[in-house]
Amino acid sequence: MGQTLAEKILQNHTDEQVSGAGQIVQCKVDMVLANDITAPLAIKSFKAMGANKVFDQDKVSLVCDHFTPNKDIDSAEQVKVVRDFAEEMGVTHYYECGEVGVEHALLPEKGIVGPGDIVVGADSHTCTYGGLGAFATGMGSTDVGAAMALGETWFKVPPTIRVNLTGTPGEYVGPKDYVLNQIGILGVSGALYKALEYGGEVVDDMTLEGRMTIANMAIEAGGKVGLFPVDQKTLNYSANAGFKGGEMMTADADAVYERVLDIDVTGMAPQVACPHLPDNVKPVDETAGLKIHQAVIGSCTNGRIEDMRLAAEVLKGRKVNPKVRCIILPATPSIWKACMREGLMEIFMDAGCIVGPPTCGPCLGGHMGILAGGERAISTTNRNFKGRMGSLESEVFLSNPAVAAASAVAGEIINPAKL
Amino acid sequence: MKVNGTAHKVGDHIDTDAIIPARFLVTTDAKELGANCMEGLEAGWVKRVKDNDVMVGGVNFGCGSSREHAPISILGAGIPVVLAHSFARIFYRNGFNMGLVLLEIGDDVDKFSDTDEIEVDTASGVIKNLTTGATVQAAPVPPFMQEILNAGGLVEYAKKKLA
Repeated sequence: MGQTLAEKILQNHTDEQVSGAGQIVQCKVDMVLANDITAPLAIKSFKAMGANKVFDQDKVSLVCDHFTPNKDIDSAEQVKVVRDFAEEMGVTHYYECGEVGVEHALLPEKGIVGPGDIVVGADSHTCTYGGLGAFATGMGSTDVGAAMALGETWFKVPPTIRVNLTGTPGEYVGPKDYVLNQIGILGVSGALYKALEYGGEVVDDMTLEGRMTIANMAIEAGGKVGLFPVDQKTLNYSANAGFKGGEMMTADADAVYERVLDIDVTGMAPQVACPHLPDNVKPVDETAGLKIHQAVIGSCTNGRIEDMRLAAEVLKGRKVNPKVRCIILPATPSIWKACMREGLMEIFMDAGCIVGPPTCGPCLGGHMGILAGGERAISTTNRNFKGRMGSLESEVFLSNPAVAAASAVAGEIINPAKL
Repeated sequence: MKVNGTAHKVGDHIDTDAIIPARFLVTTDAKELGANCMEGLEAGWVKRVKDNDVMVGGVNFGCGSSREHAPISILGAGIPVVLAHSFARIFYRNGFNMGLVLLEIGDDVDKFSDTDEIEVDTASGVIKNLTTGATVQAAPVPPFMQEILNAGGLVEYAKKKLA
């Protein structure tokens, strides 16, 4: 019987025969990740387990990206716990200070994760690496603490929903719109406990950055992983990043899917997820005219160089509405540098944007752009739960970078084609 | 374990930002997290809770982030059991690892209203609504997860593996 991408990767990491959905398998892991919010708890559990060393110093990543630069004394104390642990254990991939980036943008870029890997991270958006063809999934701190000690974890083999993306996209429509559209169809629990697997001509043509944007939001449909095939593009991207290994991988033609979803992107409008769930998705024109107070362009979903270029394309020669805070957070130091090199920073500053350091900051209502009661934001991030970016009385609309940039200029949600 | 307490009903898709907003994630202390449990749903929500009460959620309870602070804050608030139509997957694993009992009961969740008095037998999965007299059987815990529970949770399970 043919195997899905999820089954193939799990099979490569276990001695057991993977025979189908529902089976529990014990698998070796290639990378274990935690951040400044989740690592302190993982460390607490790790120590309670009686562990005194990590299973492999090169296979643990600790990235202090959520509340950094440390927003207050408590968060500084948490980062200190992580820093001390990294030093004590001799963890190779520890990032803070000027080296830090948003974890899910940073790790692929540094070649720390790559195709065929199993990655577990104490962060729900660990699924991002599915864009590279890695079985990557979020877990809690104690699961991650155990994986840091044991180098393995258990998985229930997920059933797979296959998503085929076909057609020709219009202007200002891209990966973020496809994934919002798909979440709108499936609902926030439509892929609960399941794998999402992507294919089709649009995927073949898509950049790795775009694939990671889509994989990033697998969790917003409840999914365990969002997997892309490994093609020559993936191998080139990973080799350039310094990743060792990886080979071409596609699902078997006779793989068993629970459901197949065909999405034709031809004629699709830019999509916007309205408050307070990511599946409350509408074409942008249906939300046009809603006044905004803040626009956020960044995050593990849309903080990569392509996203910055798209925002700059819209902002070039224009001014942000004086009543709008347009916050741009390039997701890693190297993306920041690319923005400078390519002249994007000049465009952002001339337009009146606030450009900040790489941080998760406002996405989760942490810091660097919190909303007051009655305020509304458009954001390229991944969640619009009630109170996600600040006050319980605030609202977050999710969109692609072009829509967010155009809305910042207009002072209200707008289709960039109509700016 | 038998749990007797009052039901606190919440809706569908209760996310982890509702359970414990990010601004409270600067601690790992159960009591502190418990004092702010469900603060993202309603300010001061936790004041209604007394020890051994039961949370009753809808579809996809615990969706969103991987923060283990979410089940810890529920436990810290004094709630040892959550009943729901269904649970989000990361939350489900976290709950077990933290010793929070999670019982999936599908549409039977409609047999429980806010403030009903509930008795839960966590071993058998039998849930009685003492207010209405209704009895519900929860779906059994998957055998492998039962093994982890029997070991005393994931920390104890890992401790044995490392020994």
